[in-house]
Amino acid sequence: MNLNYSREELDFRDEVRSWLNDNLPKDLRTKVLEYQHLDKEELLRWHRILAQKGWVAPAWPVQWGGTGWNAVERYIWEEECALAGAPPTVPFGITMCAQVLLQFGSDAQKKRFLPRIYNGDDFWVQGYSEPGSGSDLASLKTRADRRGDRYIVNGQKIWTTLGHYGDWIFCLVRTDSQASRNQEGISFLLIDMKTPGITVRPLILLDEAHEVNEVFFDNVEVPVENLVYEENKGWTVAKYLLGHERLNTGRIGASKRELLKLRESAAQTLYRGRPLLEDARFRDRFTRVEVELTALEITNMRFVDEMRQTGRIGPEVSMLKIRGTEIQQAITELAMQVLGPRAQAFRPIDYDGFDLFEGSVAARYFNFRKTSIYAGSNEIQRNIFAKMALGL
Amino acid sequence: MNFQYTEEQQLLADSIARLAQEHYGFEARKRILQSAEGYSPEVWSRLAELGLLALTLPSDQGGFDGGALDLVATMETIGSALMVEPFLPTVGLGARLLAREGSDALRAALLPAVAEGRMRLAWAHDEAAARYDATRIEARAEAVSGGWQISGQKSMVIGAPAADRLIVSARTAGAPGDPGGLSLFLLEPASVGLTMKTLRTQDGQRAADLSLDAVFVADSSLVGTEGEALAAIEEALDFATVLACAEAVGAMKYANAATLEYLKTRRQFGVPIGSFQALQHRLVDMYIRAEQARSITLLACSRVDAAGRGAISTAEKMRAVSAAKLNICDAVRHVGQEAIQLHGGMGMTQEMKVAHTFKRLTMLGQQFGDADHHLDRYAALT
Repeated sequence: MNLNYSREELDFRDEVRSWLNDNLPKDLRTKVLEYQHLDKEELLRWHRILAQKGWVAPAWPVQWGGTGWNAVERYIWEEECALAGAPPTVPFGITMCAQVLLQFGSDAQKKRFLPRIYNGDDFWVQGYSEPGSGSDLASLKTRADRRGDRYIVNGQKIWTTLGHYGDWIFCLVRTDSQASRNQEGISFLLIDMKTPGITVRPLILLDEAHEVNEVFFDNVEVPVENLVYEENKGWTVAKYLLGHERLNTGRIGASKRELLKLRESAAQTLYRGRPLLEDARFRDRFTRVEVELTALEITNMRFVDEMRQTGRIGPEVSMLKIRGTEIQQAITELAMQVLGPRAQAFRPIDYDGFDLFEGSVAARYFNFRKTSIYAGSNEIQRNIFAKMALGL
Repeated sequence: MNFQYTEEQQLLADSIARLAQEHYGFEARKRILQSAEGYSPEVWSRLAELGLLALTLPSDQGGFDGGALDLVATMETIGSALMVEPFLPTVGLGARLLAREGSDALRAALLPAVAEGRMRLAWAHDEAAARYDATRIEARAEAVSGGWQISGQKSMVIGAPAADRLIVSARTAGAPGDPGGLSLFLLEPASVGLTMKTLRTQDGQRAADLSLDAVFVADSSLVGTEGEALAAIEEALDFATVLACAEAVGAMKYANAATLEYLKTRRQFGVPIGSFQALQHRLVDMYIRAEQARSITLLACSRVDAAGRGAISTAEKMRAVSAAKLNICDAVRHVGQEAIQLHGGMGMTQEMKVAHTFKRLTMLGQQFGDADHHLDRYAALT
């Protein structure tokens, strides 16, 4: 057993690190590090820089633009991007829709959509959850009725992340309401968001951020050629996607970056005349999070190694999402603690020189409560672990 | 032993509950937050009519000589209704301090006006580098002919934009961290040399950072004894801290009730999600937290009142206050986080009151000392 990266892996890390150092635009990096929201153009600007370099879709097959990196190299890449403060690659196109098309799409669909996803021509979003179907996704009610060569879609999606930027949305819809089980009768549809009958309404979060939306479908016509895989087999597609690319749900790189920032700010903050970082009580809290993150990094690498060796990983990988989000949340909480009473500041009214970063720290703590709720709540992750890994 | 409210306390509890119901519904609160004032002058005058602004004032100044325990029901309702009225800075800090330390002239000029709802106060003591330490004050006051000249920075003064008077601490001697040398002054917000930079807080209140550049106040504006204000500052902070604890208890009660209702009505997998044991147990733990928090808050309130009568030592009172705030800091974190988690995505949206309760609970944890600060203070007094 050897827990260290090999010489080749270290060389690879140095290569991507130095490329990021030279190519990550400073303004985007600053926005990420200062917790400012990135708009569509900013997200796409970074996407296109990566596309030009050929690194925007490392996990794709080489013939479609993948890098040919193995699981370890892909992991190193993700971690270096996060450590550098790069904007996230929006996952809905590259990681989700494209993976579905690669696995289940027709040749025509691959040719039509994959290059546009790669180049960032279309901004993709995800239409899964509905008001009555969150954790119980299979109970979804948005229907698509076949009329000749079109589907007529009616219903509502919710929590559509960045839906207000969306050019296209991939949706789970019900095509057979008579099916004996909820999981049957669902189909996977690609929908152009410019189609008449689609309304996007913002859902403002508790920190006043506009990230998620409701999307309403009122007699929206979708050509049948936008059906992916077979009609009524959409659940197979959804399950494939849920099991795919879960090696980065721990967000180790981003947490390492935030922990470093936290250490710095705690070292600069004085409490009773001494750096807060030297305060034993604060140090205990900080150290516990740091140790948990160190352990999770090794756990994550064990999963990555398993993937490289065997090509598959077990359902225990849910633990990366559970513990990873708990660590992210703990760090936002410690950052708030460092600010102390100043964490109460939110937005200026009549205030020259208001410190926007200060105003964003508690807001980020509030916002990050979403991480244990989204992408399969941590309760659902524990259900998966109990059922699939422990056989309970 | 008797944990029931007296008839008078119950009447007050009922009347503020009614006030909250009629004037502080979720939609009404939204309008109040967006208003120019950032609080409701109408509700403020009703608080005065009900006698709640006068309850803890001395009877020779239009008050009722009440203590912290008498305000528990009021603070719980302020918490459950998420009121943003400047009650804590006015009644919990400013009036408390003036009643105990102010000259006869200052008391007569200000306290009856507080009782009648004509005088809002703000507490300009904290500084950005002080971080919960009441002694780490850098602002200075120099004696000049006929009064004092104050210079320095004050941080996160809650309620300052709506305040008619500010109570400002400054050093007349000593260095930051010294217990001696602190003095208190009463200032008009419009004083020459005083700049107020206003902001919204995370939980929807209005606050300001103050810059004082050689602000002149007359000798008559000195509150208490020159250079010996620390004990008075700590007394007022302890009083306000236990009131904040009671506010947190009320907010937790709302969060728990809202979460219970959600678990009963939200259905997934064909059943209410409250039928899942994994969630039931978590809600039970939230209820236990809130009850424990209420118990230790009641204890701290009674200790504050006992110390006010001279029945127990200041140290014993301070220990009880830190015990309560420590427990509250842990409880607001636990209950707030779980309330959001059990509401799922809905709890993350601005449309749900519970999201705002979570933010208020979190900020109550940051105010008047965090858990570590009170752990330290408790340990040092044991």
